[in-house]
Amino acid sequence: MSVPAAWYLTVAAVLFTIGAVGLLVRRNVLVMFMCVELMLNAVNLTFVTFARALNDVNGQSLVFFVLVVAAAEVVVGLGIIVAIFRRRTGATADDLHILKG
Amino acid sequence: MPTVLAVVHYADWFVFVVASVVVLAGGLGVVLARHPVHSALFLIQTLFGVAVLFVAQQAHFLAAVQVIVYAGAIVVLFLFVIMLLGVDRRENVEAEPLKGQRPTAILLGIIGLAEIVGLGRSSGWVTGALSTGGPLDGPGSNVEKLGRSLFSTYLLAFEITSVLLVIAVVGAVVLARRPMHLSREEQIEADAELVAEEADLAAEEAASERLERESAKR
Repeated sequence: MSVPAAWYLTVAAVLFTIGAVGLLVRRNVLVMFMCVELMLNAVNLTFVTFARALNDVNGQSLVFFVLVVAAAEVVVGLGIIVAIFRRRTGATADDLHILKG
Repeated sequence: MPTVLAVVHYADWFVFVVASVVVLAGGLGVVLARHPVHSALFLIQTLFGVAVLFVAQQAHFLAAVQVIVYAGAIVVLFLFVIMLLGVDRRENVEAEPLKGQRPTAILLGIIGLAEIVGLGRSSGWVTGALSTGGPLDGPGSNVEKLGRSLFSTYLLAFEITSVLLVIAVVGAVVLARRPMHLSREEQIEADAELVAEEADLAAEEAASERLERESAKR
Protein backbone atom coordinates (compact mmCIF):
# COMPACT_ATOMS: atom_id res chain seq x y z
CA MET A 1 0.00 0.00 0.00
CA SER A 2 1.55 3.28 -1.00
CA VAL A 3 1.55 6.33 1.20
CA PRO A 4 -1.21 8.84 0.29
CA ALA A 5 -0.16 12.09 -1.35
CA ALA A 6 -1.53 14.09 1.58
CA TRP A 7 1.30 12.89 3.83
CA TYR A 8 3.98 13.86 1.35
CA LEU A 9 2.37 17.27 0.87
CA THR A 10 2.24 17.81 4.62
CA VAL A 11 5.93 16.98 4.98
CA ALA A 12 6.70 19.38 2.12
CA ALA A 13 4.64 22.10 3.79
CA VAL A 14 6.48 21.61 7.08
CA LEU A 15 9.84 21.72 5.30
CA PHE A 16 8.81 24.90 3.48
CA THR A 17 7.79 26.51 6.77
CA ILE A 18 11.10 25.57 8.39
CA GLY A 19 12.92 27.19 5.47
CA ALA A 20 10.79 30.34 5.54
CA VAL A 21 11.11 30.81 9.31
CA GLY A 22 14.84 30.14 9.08
CA LEU A 23 15.18 32.81 6.39
CA LEU A 24 13.48 35.31 8.69
CA VAL A 25 15.26 34.30 11.88
CA ARG A 26 18.88 33.78 10.86
CA ARG A 27 21.27 36.66 10.19
CA ASN A 28 24.11 34.82 8.52
CA VAL A 29 23.75 35.38 4.77
CA LEU A 30 24.97 31.89 3.85
CA VAL A 31 22.54 30.20 6.22
CA MET A 32 19.74 32.35 4.82
CA PHE A 33 20.70 31.09 1.38
CA MET A 34 20.56 27.49 2.61
CA CYS A 35 17.07 28.17 3.92
CA VAL A 36 16.06 29.26 0.42
CA GLU A 37 17.36 25.90 -0.81
CA LEU A 38 15.19 24.18 1.80
CA MET A 39 12.12 25.96 0.45
CA LEU A 40 13.01 25.03 -3.14
CA ASN A 41 13.36 21.41 -2.09
CA ALA A 42 9.97 21.48 -0.39
CA VAL A 43 8.39 22.75 -3.61
CA ASN A 44 10.21 20.07 -5.62
CA LEU A 45 8.81 17.43 -3.31
CA THR A 46 5.33 18.86 -3.87
CA PHE A 47 5.79 18.72 -7.64
CA VAL A 48 6.94 15.10 -7.56
CA THR A 49 4.03 14.17 -5.30
CA PHE A 50 1.51 15.79 -7.65
CA ALA A 51 3.19 14.06 -10.60
CA ARG A 52 2.64 10.70 -8.91
CA ALA A 53 -0.88 11.47 -7.70
CA LEU A 54 -2.06 12.77 -11.08
CA ASN A 55 0.00 10.25 -13.07
CA ASP A 56 1.51 13.10 -15.05
CA VAL A 57 5.09 13.51 -16.28
CA ASN A 58 4.84 17.33 -16.31
CA GLY A 59 5.45 17.57 -12.57
CA GLN A 60 8.80 15.84 -12.88
CA SER A 61 9.80 17.98 -15.88
CA LEU A 62 9.11 21.09 -13.83
CA VAL A 63 11.33 19.81 -11.02
CA PHE A 64 14.11 19.50 -13.56
CA PHE A 65 13.78 23.18 -14.45
CA VAL A 66 13.59 24.18 -10.79
CA LEU A 67 16.89 22.34 -10.24
CA VAL A 68 18.55 24.22 -13.10
CA VAL A 69 17.29 27.61 -11.93
CA ALA A 70 18.32 26.81 -8.34
CA ALA A 71 21.84 25.98 -9.48
CA ALA A 72 22.11 29.25 -11.46
CA GLU A 73 20.67 31.21 -8.54
CA VAL A 74 23.17 29.73 -6.09
CA VAL A 75 26.10 30.52 -8.38
CA VAL A 76 25.11 34.17 -8.82
CA GLY A 77 24.05 34.60 -5.18
CA LEU A 78 27.29 33.20 -3.83
CA GLY A 79 29.20 35.41 -6.29
CA ILE A 80 27.44 38.45 -4.86
CA ILE A 81 28.13 37.30 -1.30
CA VAL A 82 31.82 36.80 -2.10
CA ALA A 83 32.00 40.23 -3.75
CA ILE A 84 30.41 41.91 -0.73
CA PHE A 85 32.15 40.05 2.06
CA ARG A 86 35.60 39.62 0.56
CA ARG A 87 37.06 42.31 2.81
CA ARG A 88 34.97 41.73 5.90
CA THR A 89 35.13 39.12 8.59
CA GLY A 90 31.48 38.71 9.51
CA ALA A 91 28.79 37.65 7.10
CA THR A 92 25.60 38.76 8.79
CA ALA A 93 22.93 40.60 6.89
CA ASP A 94 22.95 43.38 9.50
CA ASP A 95 26.44 44.42 8.40
CA LEU A 96 25.02 45.57 5.07
CA HIS A 97 23.89 48.98 6.27
CA ILE A 98 26.05 51.18 4.05
CA LEU A 99 23.01 52.22 2.01
CA LYS A 100 21.15 53.20 5.18
CA GLY A 101 19.92 56.79 4.93
CA MET B 1 3.80 -16.02 6.34
CA PRO B 2 1.78 -13.13 7.75
CA THR B 3 4.73 -11.27 9.29
CA VAL B 4 6.58 -11.04 5.98
CA LEU B 5 3.39 -9.88 4.30
CA ALA B 6 2.92 -7.25 7.00
CA VAL B 7 6.49 -6.00 6.51
CA VAL B 8 5.98 -5.76 2.75
CA HIS B 9 2.64 -4.10 3.35
CA TYR B 10 4.15 -1.41 5.52
CA ALA B 11 7.48 -1.02 3.70
CA ASP B 12 6.30 2.14 1.93
CA TRP B 13 5.19 3.66 5.20
CA PHE B 14 8.44 2.69 6.86
CA VAL B 15 10.52 4.35 4.12
CA PHE B 16 8.30 7.41 4.17
CA VAL B 17 8.45 7.90 7.93
CA VAL B 18 12.22 7.40 8.15
CA ALA B 19 12.93 9.70 5.20
CA SER B 20 10.55 12.35 6.52
CA VAL B 21 12.22 12.31 9.92
CA VAL B 22 15.61 12.67 8.20
CA VAL B 23 14.33 15.55 6.05
CA LEU B 24 12.68 17.50 8.85
CA ALA B 25 15.52 16.94 11.32
CA GLY B 26 17.97 18.15 8.69
CA GLY B 27 15.83 21.20 8.00
CA LEU B 28 15.69 22.08 11.68
CA GLY B 29 19.44 21.50 11.87
CA VAL B 30 20.08 23.97 9.05
CA VAL B 31 18.12 26.64 10.89
CA LEU B 32 19.33 25.91 14.42
CA ALA B 33 23.04 25.12 13.88
CA ARG B 34 25.26 27.98 14.98
CA HIS B 35 28.15 27.10 12.72
CA PRO B 36 27.58 27.63 8.94
CA VAL B 37 29.54 24.46 8.13
CA HIS B 38 27.18 22.43 10.33
CA SER B 39 24.24 24.05 8.54
CA ALA B 40 25.69 22.94 5.21
CA LEU B 41 26.10 19.36 6.47
CA PHE B 42 22.51 19.33 7.76
CA LEU B 43 21.47 20.62 4.34
CA ILE B 44 23.11 17.54 2.76
CA GLN B 45 21.11 15.35 5.15
CA THR B 46 17.88 17.05 4.06
CA LEU B 47 18.76 16.70 0.38
CA PHE B 48 19.43 12.98 0.75
CA GLY B 49 16.13 12.52 2.57
CA VAL B 50 14.29 14.33 -0.21
CA ALA B 51 16.07 12.09 -2.74
CA VAL B 52 14.76 9.04 -0.85
CA LEU B 53 11.24 10.50 -0.97
CA PHE B 54 11.72 11.00 -4.74
CA VAL B 55 12.67 7.34 -5.16
CA ALA B 56 9.67 6.30 -3.10
CA GLN B 57 7.51 8.14 -5.65
CA GLN B 58 9.12 6.63 -8.75
CA ALA B 59 11.11 9.76 -9.64
CA HIS B 60 14.36 7.86 -10.07
CA PHE B 61 16.11 10.26 -12.43
CA LEU B 62 15.30 13.27 -10.29
CA ALA B 63 16.58 11.48 -7.19
CA ALA B 64 19.92 10.89 -8.92
CA VAL B 65 20.07 14.49 -10.13
CA GLN B 66 19.16 15.69 -6.66
CA VAL B 67 22.13 13.88 -5.13
CA ILE B 68 24.58 14.80 -7.90
CA VAL B 69 23.65 18.44 -8.42
CA TYR B 70 22.48 19.49 -4.97
CA ALA B 71 24.51 17.39 -2.56
CA GLY B 72 27.45 17.10 -4.94
CA ALA B 73 27.75 20.57 -6.42
CA ILE B 74 25.66 23.18 -4.64
CA VAL B 75 26.60 22.25 -1.08
CA VAL B 76 30.26 21.99 -2.11
CA LEU B 77 29.91 25.51 -3.50
CA PHE B 78 28.49 26.63 -0.16
CA LEU B 79 31.38 25.02 1.69
CA PHE B 80 33.88 26.63 -0.68
CA VAL B 81 32.44 30.06 0.00
CA ILE B 82 32.42 29.43 3.75
CA MET B 83 36.10 28.47 3.63
CA LEU B 84 37.00 31.27 1.20
CA LEU B 85 35.40 34.04 3.22
CA GLY B 86 36.60 32.75 6.56
CA VAL B 87 33.15 33.19 8.02
CA ASP B 88 33.39 29.87 9.79
CA ARG B 89 33.28 31.48 13.20
CA ARG B 90 30.25 31.13 15.38
CA GLU B 91 27.45 33.61 14.98
CA ASN B 92 26.23 35.45 18.04
CA VAL B 93 22.79 33.86 18.02
CA GLU B 94 21.57 35.64 21.14
CA ALA B 95 21.95 39.11 19.64
CA GLU B 96 18.60 40.29 18.35
CA PRO B 97 18.86 43.58 16.47
CA LEU B 98 15.13 43.87 15.88
CA LYS B 99 13.21 43.26 19.09
CA GLY B 100 10.46 40.68 18.87
CA GLN B 101 11.28 39.69 15.32
CA ARG B 102 12.00 36.04 16.07
CA PRO B 103 8.81 35.22 17.98
CA THR B 104 6.83 37.04 15.31
CA ALA B 105 8.56 35.06 12.55
CA ILE B 106 7.91 31.74 14.29
CA LEU B 107 4.30 32.65 14.97
CA LEU B 108 3.73 33.71 11.36
CA GLY B 109 5.40 30.49 10.17
CA ILE B 110 3.06 28.37 12.28
CA ILE B 111 0.06 30.34 11.01
CA GLY B 112 1.23 29.90 7.40
CA LEU B 113 1.72 26.15 7.90
CA ALA B 114 -1.73 25.83 9.42
CA GLU B 115 -3.18 27.70 6.45
CA ILE B 116 -1.44 25.48 3.89
CA VAL B 117 -2.47 22.25 5.63
CA GLY B 118 -6.00 23.53 6.21
CA LEU B 119 -6.40 24.51 2.57
CA GLY B 120 -5.05 21.15 1.48
CA ARG B 121 -7.42 19.26 3.76
CA SER B 122 -10.46 21.27 2.73
CA SER B 123 -9.71 20.90 -0.98
CA GLY B 124 -8.94 17.18 -0.90
CA TRP B 125 -5.17 17.76 -1.47
CA VAL B 126 -4.91 16.68 -5.11
CA THR B 127 -7.31 17.96 -7.76
CA GLY B 128 -6.96 18.33 -11.50
CA ALA B 129 -7.02 16.43 -14.76
CA LEU B 130 -5.10 13.16 -15.00
CA SER B 131 -2.09 12.74 -17.32
CA THR B 132 -2.43 15.89 -19.38
CA GLY B 133 1.28 15.92 -20.13
CA GLY B 134 1.64 12.19 -20.66
CA PRO B 135 1.23 9.27 -18.27
CA LEU B 136 3.90 8.50 -15.72
CA ASP B 137 3.14 4.78 -15.45
CA GLY B 138 3.00 2.29 -18.29
CA PRO B 139 5.87 0.83 -20.32
CA GLY B 140 9.29 2.43 -20.45
CA SER B 141 11.60 3.76 -17.76
CA ASN B 142 11.25 7.00 -15.82
CA VAL B 143 14.29 8.47 -17.59
CA GLU B 144 12.80 7.73 -21.00
CA LYS B 145 9.50 9.46 -20.22
CA LEU B 146 11.19 12.48 -18.68
CA GLY B 147 13.57 12.71 -21.64
CA ARG B 148 10.70 12.56 -24.14
CA SER B 149 8.87 15.29 -22.23
CA LEU B 150 11.94 17.53 -21.98
CA PHE B 151 13.01 17.14 -25.60
CA SER B 152 9.59 17.48 -27.18
CA THR B 153 7.11 19.49 -25.09
CA TYR B 154 9.69 21.54 -23.25
CA LEU B 155 12.39 21.76 -25.92
CA LEU B 156 12.36 25.57 -26.08
CA ALA B 157 12.42 25.90 -22.30
CA PHE B 158 15.25 23.38 -22.17
CA GLU B 159 17.31 25.42 -24.63
CA ILE B 160 16.60 28.60 -22.68
CA THR B 161 17.97 26.96 -19.52
CA SER B 162 21.30 26.56 -21.32
CA VAL B 163 21.30 30.32 -21.99
CA LEU B 164 20.45 30.89 -18.32
CA LEU B 165 23.39 28.74 -17.22
CA VAL B 166 25.77 30.64 -19.49
CA ILE B 167 24.51 33.94 -18.08
CA ALA B 168 24.98 32.61 -14.54
CA VAL B 169 28.55 31.52 -15.26
CA VAL B 170 29.46 34.87 -16.85
CA GLY B 171 27.79 36.74 -13.99
CA ALA B 172 29.66 34.73 -11.37
CA VAL B 173 32.98 35.36 -13.11
CA VAL B 174 32.31 39.10 -13.39
CA LEU B 175 31.17 39.34 -9.77
CA ALA B 176 33.99 37.32 -8.25
CA ARG B 177 36.99 38.70 -10.14
CA ARG B 178 39.11 41.50 -8.76
CA PRO B 179 39.21 44.72 -10.80
CA MET B 180 42.09 44.10 -13.19
CA HIS B 181 41.95 47.35 -15.16
CA LEU B 182 43.45 49.40 -12.34
CA SER B 183 47.14 50.20 -12.48
CA ARG B 184 49.35 49.34 -9.54
CA GLU B 185 49.19 52.81 -7.96
CA GLU B 186 45.45 52.99 -8.35
CA GLN B 187 45.18 49.56 -6.80
CA ILE B 188 47.19 50.66 -3.77
CA GLU B 189 45.05 53.79 -3.49
CA ALA B 190 41.83 51.79 -3.68
CA ASP B 191 43.12 49.37 -1.07
CA ALA B 192 44.01 52.25 1.24
CA GLU B 193 40.53 53.72 0.77
CA LEU B 194 38.99 50.37 1.61
CA VAL B 195 41.15 50.02 4.69
CA ALA B 196 40.08 53.49 5.83
CA GLU B 197 36.47 52.60 5.18
CA GLU B 198 36.90 49.41 7.17
CA ALA B 199 38.41 51.35 10.06
CA ASP B 200 35.46 53.76 9.97
CA LEU B 201 33.05 50.85 10.01
CA ALA B 202 34.88 49.18 12.87
CA ALA B 203 34.84 52.40 14.87
CA GLU B 204 31.15 52.83 14.16
CA GLU B 205 30.47 49.25 15.22
CA ALA B 206 32.45 49.68 18.41
CA ALA B 207 30.51 52.85 19.17
CA SER B 208 27.16 51.17 18.56
CA GLU B 209 28.23 48.20 20.68
CA ARG B 210 29.22 50.54 23.50
CA LEU B 211 25.85 52.25 23.19
CA GLU B 212 24.09 48.88 23.32
CA ARG B 213 26.05 47.87 26.38
CA GLU B 214 25.26 51.13 28.11
CA SER B 215 21.58 50.85 27.30
CA ALA B 216 21.63 47.25 28.54
CA LYS B 217 23.18 48.42 31.79
CA ARG B 218 20.43 50.95 32.25
